[in-house]
Amino acid sequence: MLGYIWFFLIITALIIGGVNGKIDAVVQSIVNSAQLAVEISISLIGVMAFWLGMMKLAENSGIITEISKLLKPITKRLFADVPPDHPAIGHIAMNFSANALGVTNAATPMGIKAMDELQKLNPDKKVATNAMCTFLAINTAGVQFIPASIIAILAAAGAKNPTVIIGPTFLSTLIALISAVTVVKILEKLPFFRQTASCHCEETQSVNEAIQKE
Amino acid sequence: MLHLITQTFDIFKHSFAGTLNLFSLWILPVFIVCILFTALYKKIPLYDTFIDGAKEGFSVGVKIIPYLVGILVAIGMFRASGAIELLAHALSPVLKLIGMPADILPLAIIRPLSGSGALGITTELAKQYGGDSYMARLAAVMTGSSETTFYVIAIYFGSVGISRIRHALIAGLVADIAGMLAALFICGLVFK
Repeated sequence: MLGYIWFFLIITALIIGGVNGKIDAVVQSIVNSAQLAVEISISLIGVMAFWLGMMKLAENSGIITEISKLLKPITKRLFADVPPDHPAIGHIAMNFSANALGVTNAATPMGIKAMDELQKLNPDKKVATNAMCTFLAINTAGVQFIPASIIAILAAAGAKNPTVIIGPTFLSTLIALISAVTVVKILEKLPFFRQTASCHCEETQSVNEAIQKE
Repeated sequence: MLHLITQTFDIFKHSFAGTLNLFSLWILPVFIVCILFTALYKKIPLYDTFIDGAKEGFSVGVKIIPYLVGILVAIGMFRASGAIELLAHALSPVLKLIGMPADILPLAIIRPLSGSGALGITTELAKQYGGDSYMARLAAVMTGSSETTFYVIAIYFGSVGISRIRHALIAGLVADIAGMLAALFICGLVFK
């Protein structure tokens, strides 16, 4: 899936860039974007290390499990394949709150910790689980109470009243969240997106045959 | 009537925004204090546990590099080729029907691909039309109500080494489209 979109982006870029006469810019962007990707990753390390350390303290002192238990009524439906008081739920909740409150630099390490916990429950380490997709869908809805950077942009452009966008933005993200959760729950049931993909069929088949023989 | 509602809404929003601002400023300090005292109370080796967790920071940072390079290079090439302008041009007759201004279209296309790109376009629109204009507000709400889905997917799935992401991208893009359409509708109702 991601492979095809990746292929599409690169090939369209090369064709359209060639037709537009912008092929030099396209080639130059390879160097620039690759460098940007490494810069982002490296610059994340420091703040990531700090928050991963803090999260370890929170985990070992039982805070994460406590949060997981607290949210059981909501999360047991959303993340049906995760045990309700699993630390993953606590990390997901913290990531959501951090994003909603606009503390992005803490939110990313929390989200990564959540993925790490979800990966421990994953039988196939290369393929995303339902819980992972649900978590990502909630995350990409981008719920936030104060879109600080955008308010700053409006203010910089001379807006007298830039905070008027807070209400509409919150409402829109809420609609995005509802749509994302609905879609992710429908799509996870479709055979096309089923987790056990074709490459495992032979394996399961041979296992089944072996069982039958016995 | 509608004016009265928006006015009361405005007053409420100002005190509300102030409280929220204060809250988001203090949430991290309070959170750190809570963690440290709970850990102290539970007699957990403070510094050792912190170091143990922080150790992973480096490996995670390095682990996401190939995923981020893959995604960001493809997006960078796509943007540099002028494909976004072309796509905006092709889509504009359809989107005019639902009341989406032509100038806002590049923003809608770039939003899931690049966060800095979306902020750049929002800045341009705000400068061009004025900070209190309908266009600036619409751009702001659209940017705020969606996420840089490709980046989020690259980082989170990259950090655990997952390459087969199943329906995550589609759900993420649906969230973006829903958020932006909601923004268009709500802004049309409130700001126009």
